[in-house]
Parts: sequence; C-alpha cells; structure tokens
Amino acid sequence: MLHFPILRAGQPYKSLSVLDVTNFKTGEKIAELSQANSGLIRKDFSQAEKNKQTLNDLPVHELLTMCNNAAALFMKEELPINGATQSPEDYIRILSSTTGMPEVLCRKNMDKISFVLDEMETVLSGLTRGLDLSILDQGWGSENGSSLSYLCTTNSLGAILPNNSPGVHSLWLPSIPLKVPLVLKPGTQEPWTPYRVIQAFIAAGCPPEAFSFYPTDYSGAKEILLRSGRSMFFGGASTVQAWEKDPRVQIHGPGWSKVLFGEDQAENWQQYLDTLVDSILINSGRSCLNASGVWAPSHAREIAEALAKRLAKIQAKPMDDPEAQLAAFVNPAVAESISKLIESGLSEGGAEDLTAKYRDCDRVVAVDGCTFLLPTIIWCERPEHPLANTELLFPFASVIEIPQNEILKKMGQTLVLTALTEDKKFIQRILAAPNVDRLNLGPIPTSKVSWDQPHEGNLFEHLYKQRAFQSGHFLTNGRKFVNEI
Amino acid sequence: MRDSLSQKIKQAREELDSHVREMVEWHFNPETGSEFWLDYASKLDFDPRKEIGGYADLKILGHFEDTWLRGGPVRKWVPKPLLNEPIYVFEIGGSTGVPKTRVNIRDFQTDYEMFSETLSDDGFPKGADWLMLGPTGPRRLRLAIEHLAQHRGGMVFFVDLDPRWVNKLIKRGAHEELELYTDHVVGQALNILRVHENIHCLFTTPKLLEALCEKINLTKTGIKGIFCGGTEMNAQFNRFAREELVPGIDFVPTYGNTLMGLAVNKPFDPADNYAIIYYPPAPRAVFELVNPKNTEESVDYGETGRVMLTTLTKEFFMPRFLERDEGERAEPIEPFPWDGVANLRLLSSLQKSVVVGVY
Repeated sequence: MLHFPILRAGQPYKSLSVLDVTNFKTGEKIAELSQANSGLIRKDFSQAEKNKQTLNDLPVHELLTMCNNAAALFMKEELPINGATQSPEDYIRILSSTTGMPEVLCRKNMDKISFVLDEMETVLSGLTRGLDLSILDQGWGSENGSSLSYLCTTNSLGAILPNNSPGVHSLWLPSIPLKVPLVLKPGTQEPWTPYRVIQAFIAAGCPPEAFSFYPTDYSGAKEILLRSGRSMFFGGASTVQAWEKDPRVQIHGPGWSKVLFGEDQAENWQQYLDTLVDSILINSGRSCLNASGVWAPSHAREIAEALAKRLAKIQAKPMDDPEAQLAAFVNPAVAESISKLIESGLSEGGAEDLTAKYRDCDRVVAVDGCTFLLPTIIWCERPEHPLANTELLFPFASVIEIPQNEILKKMGQTLVLTALTEDKKFIQRILAAPNVDRLNLGPIPTSKVSWDQPHEGNLFEHLYKQRAFQSGHFLTNGRKFVNEI
Repeated sequence: MRDSLSQKIKQAREELDSHVREMVEWHFNPETGSEFWLDYASKLDFDPRKEIGGYADLKILGHFEDTWLRGGPVRKWVPKPLLNEPIYVFEIGGSTGVPKTRVNIRDFQTDYEMFSETLSDDGFPKGADWLMLGPTGPRRLRLAIEHLAQHRGGMVFFVDLDPRWVNKLIKRGAHEELELYTDHVVGQALNILRVHENIHCLFTTPKLLEALCEKINLTKTGIKGIFCGGTEMNAQFNRFAREELVPGIDFVPTYGNTLMGLAVNKPFDPADNYAIIYYPPAPRAVFELVNPKNTEESVDYGETGRVMLTTLTKEFFMPRFLERDEGERAEPIEPFPWDGVANLRLLSSLQKSVVVGVY
C-alpha cells in the first residue's frame, strides 16, 4: 500500500491519522495519506526562516538549472513515494483513477507542468518584466542606470491546492527559483502531482528544506494561510470568501471567464467557432480559465445554436481512451446535483438548454462505470438570469445577447476575457475594465496560457516588493547614486 | 482474560445494576424525585421502580433528550430533598440561542475528587498551584478545576476564554481576529506563569496548549503535569503532545462532559500506539457504544458505535442519552472493569455540519 508521509521541511513523518485515497470507480483503496494535525504545522513554521536560508544560499541561475533538471525527472523518471517508486506511466494512471481526469488529459497537464519547469527562465522573465534575476541574489543591483532593490516579503509560500486539474500546480512552481520555500496542502484526491513535483526538485538537487507537504483538514489549512507570509488558496467561492480581503492570500476561486463579441465582429461569428469551443471544452471545462459565458450584441442565438451542435457531439469515453475529452465526476451525486441546479435555473424561464435537442440521452450519463456531465450550452434571454454567469465543473457556458455598451458593466468579474473585436474605442474600454484580469485580444481561447504573462495576480509581486534603495558606497559612471538634499 | 479481571467485571456489573435500582428508586419516588421525573413517570403506563431491575432495563425509558434541558424552570430537575441545598447551574452550548442547563449540588466536586485519585503525585504534586487556561464563565469546568486544585492542596490562577465568541469568529471566518484573541488569552497566561513559581499543574485545551507552547517552554517554567480537555483529541494529537509539545511532562487527556462527569484516559501504554481510551466514572456514569442505525443494539468490542451516555447520581438522572460522538468500544481493564470508548470523535454524519469548539 502506497503511503504519502507528511514532509516536514523535506523530512518524512508518518502520522497516526490517515486518510484513504481511493479509486473513484471501484472504491478500492489505493494509498494512505498521512494527516498533519494543525499544531504540528504551527510548530514547524518556527523553522521557516531557517528553511528559507537554504534557498537564499543558492544563486538563481543554479535554481533555474534545477528547475530544468526537475522537468526531465518529473516527465521521465521513477520517483520515490515513501520507499516505493512511481514511474511516469503509473503516475498518469493513478492520477486518473482518483481524480476522474482522463489519462490523455492527465498527460497534457503533466506536459504543462514540465513545460513550465523547463521554461522557468522565460516564466520568471514574464513575471518580473525582464528583471536581471541576479538582483535577487544580491538584494540589489542596477538597471538602466538606476539602483534597484527587491525585498522578499515572506519565508514561505503556502498553497491550499485543489483536486480539479493537475495543471494548476504549475502556478506555484516559480516560487522555488524565486527562493521561497513551499508549504503545500494537497487535495484529498490529488496528492500525486505536488508530491511528484517535490521529489523531482529534490532529485534535481534542490534542498529538501524548501518543501513541506501537509495533507490536512480545514484547521490545518487555516494554519498554513495564517502563518505563511504569502499564500495561494484554490477553492470554490464560498470556501475562499473568508480570505478575500487578506492581502497575504492570493485567491484562485472561480474564474467566470468569458468570450465577448464586439458589434463589428458578431456577424463574423462563424470564423471564431473553434476559439469558442476550445475556450469552453479544453481540459474538460475544469479550469478557471475555461469560458463559462459568451456575450454578443447580435447573432447570439445563432452562435449558441452552432456551439450547442458542435459540443453535443462530444461523447463521454473511458478514462484510458486516447480520444477522451471529458472528465468523470468522482462523486456521481455531485454530477446529479449540478444537473438539478441547471434544471432549476431553466425552470425559472428565460433560458433554454440548446444542447438537449442534439443529444439522444440525458445530461448525466454513465460510461464504463464513470459518471459524466455532457457539455451544455444554455441560451439566456437576459444577463441577470441565474444561469447567465454561472461556472460549473464541466464544459458549460451560457450565451447572452446584450448591447455592446452594457457588456462590460454587466458581465461581472472575469478572470480571462477573450475579446473578439477590432473596434479601437471598444478595445480601449475593455483595457480599462477593472473587472477583467487576463485579456486576450483576438481569437485566442480563454484557456490558452502564455507563460510569459502573469496569471491571477503576479507571483513575483506577491512574493517580493520593490524597496527604495540608495547606496553611498559605490560609484557608477563616476557618480554616486545618492543625491544630497 | 484473566480470572481476576473477569471477577472484577462481574462485580462492577452487579454494582452497576444495584446502583441503577437505587437511583431509579430515588428519582421516581414521590418523596425524593424531582418535579421533572415525577411528572415524566406520571405519563408512563408502568412504574419504573417496579420494572427496572438493572442497567439493561433502562431501555424502557427510551432516550433522554438534551433539549429538555433548555429553558426553565431549572429547579424542576432538583430532587426534593436537595431543594434547600446550595444549587449551581452550569450551562452547555449557548453560542447561539438559549443554552442548556444542568443543576449541580456536589456532583462536580465528587467527580473531580474521584479524578484526583487517578493523577500521579509526580505530575500533579500535592500542594502545587494550577493555571487554568480555558473557558470559565457559566461552565462547570471553572469551579471543578478549582475544587480539584484545592482538593490536592493548591490554588488556581485563571485565564478565561469565551468559546461562544470563538465560535462566532470561526463562523464568520474572522481568522485574524481569532488570532488576536488567542494572543490576548495566551499573553495573560504567560504573565501568570512568569511570576508565580509554585504553578506546576496546568489545565488547558488542545488548541490553547499549542498556542502556549509556541511562546514558552513549559518544562522550563516548572510545569510538571497537564490536564488537557475541552475538545476532541485523537491519537495523533496525543503523540504530538507527548513527543514534541510537552515532552517529559505528565500529559493527561480527558473527556469532560457537564452531563456526565469526567472520563479518565487509560494509563499510557506504548502498545496502544497513542490511542486515547476513555473510561467513565462507573457506576455514576456509563458509556454504551450502540449501532447508530439501531440504538437498541450494542456494537462488539473494537467496533465503531455511537456513544450512549447514562448518568446516575442522586442529583441528576439521565438515561441513555445519545451523544453526538462516536468511537470504538473498548474492553474493560483492571483499573476500570467496565466498557470504555477509544478514539472518541464527532459522529461522522455530523462532521461537515457542526462547528466543533476550536478553543
């Protein structure tokens, strides 16, 4: 039986409290997950400064090399789990069996993580806007003739991690080359990826002290959020709500990502259909980057019908099918309750499930012992409808027709917006919209990530702050930096 | 099972049945019963004094419901001969709405004197003073700890924590405010520990112990014994406390309950792998582990069941109350030749809906 120990600054610790990790199809117990009591986590934070020093002692360029090496190890090697080892193939198979993500999508997420590790220098360049990273080694330096200093604001980055998609783990990876140790709370069904990433880093020469891994309950998660100087919190809207006003916590909740059409492009909607489908469908709609809304000032019904027709062709397939595009629900009751929620919204009137007529089965289906929700496109007559701005854990989107001048006001918070317009004035208004986080101008799916761009807040800015800095001890171009006043 | 233990179990069972008969006679006798139980008996089609010959017969009374303890008049619970005694009222719950109440005359003192007999003089030296860091207010705990300390020749310094306020902070997600409040409470404890050198014994809750140990090494302050209770503890916490939080200090987890008294943890035995196994103060209180789906059926030893608690004192009669806790039925042992409960925890069916006191 595989056992995931707690990692206390890299040191394995087997708890007397364990949680079973099970195959969602068969209920078979696959692994045990040691559970950290909150006091243990609290106590370990007393060593945070010491743990950070192990990364401070390494130059960024060495840490970047370790990231590159970790990428290869993560992808190709047998890596340890408490005395046993796990091959990449085993990792994919087992990850799929506890999360409901098809193996082919697990593989894509694995590629994504490996890519970020391999391209870490580019990622950091994006996050820091091209900063000379040796400044992080020395604490200060100069750029364009000006002195520059950055202060690390924390001894650790805490992360309360989700189960929904392994790809999200790429978001905390830059913390290591940015010299900030990780304190991770894995999801109950998905300890696999963070543990494998940690083992890849350690095998690549990274100090084990930089990695703490605490499977724990809500109380333990709270300790991580309270005691990490900076953290990331992945969760549903109600879960993350209590931490939204805490500047130390970067929230990764629902995305409510959208695609909008300008008046100038709505009539050309057919040429954008692939962008719309990819935005809604990729990664089985499980990511906060997936679009859950399509807003257009005209032709919206035609867009909705065409989307419904395309997406209704997507079928549920077994987890090991190389053509699988849909993830299964680990808990079938959740699929049923989501479907009921949709029906409840439809019963209010003013909305229609356009996919229903193209399917010859229910929205909830069982295939090969797994329960799925089939892609669903809802036509909504008004933006205030309860289904008009709803994000669900499968390929689901509502399509709304609304005048262009009302879109930005009514679409609400939007993590990723793909704007299909060439109207310069409208683009200026979109650029100024405070409710839009990431912006794609043109036919770029919401789910497509450019890794030289920050995501949902900039991790570098989360971990570092620029400090005013003057030195009287050195000269540049024969002139002191310090002006006397 | 050794003959001596079998004999002790048999004897304990006989004592329990005899005690049940005595308590039923007392609580349902028109001369000695309380207004509540006499009224209850008047609505029955049988006389409990005739029908109940031992513990097993209590089932004809059904299950005690703790909602009966909400509201007044509180004196309806006091047996007639005790009505003129000094009466304490202790509250249970109360984070929202009207708290439940239990009357007490001397029960809490008796319970804690019995508990005192289980404490070692090395960990809890006679004459040593105590610090109580935890909920005081309208609870039994404050007076009980004070009585325990006095019974052992010491006195108690108190630092209060209001669990009702803590529960409200948790419910509204005010984590930082909760931290500030915890710091405020722990800071007061540190001040007391710094200036009173004769404090060698501590009562506190698991969470407050963690918070206190973050600030101070309790061994260096002279603490020799810690009586820990108030909220759920599991084997992992027990191990963590013994190995890392307070190594070398006599750590005594307990399960206190205003409706029952004080259950004692089985003396530490490495073979138990830190499992916490509680034994009630029989025959004054009895644990029965029952099938949650059929509460008339006991589970086997080692099996998981819902805790059914019966309290049998002259001051309070509470037959077959279904607690919100579950655990594994534990076998009798020499010092406690009656059933205990291992790994006590919140009922799994309630685990997502109840905010457990996190104080």
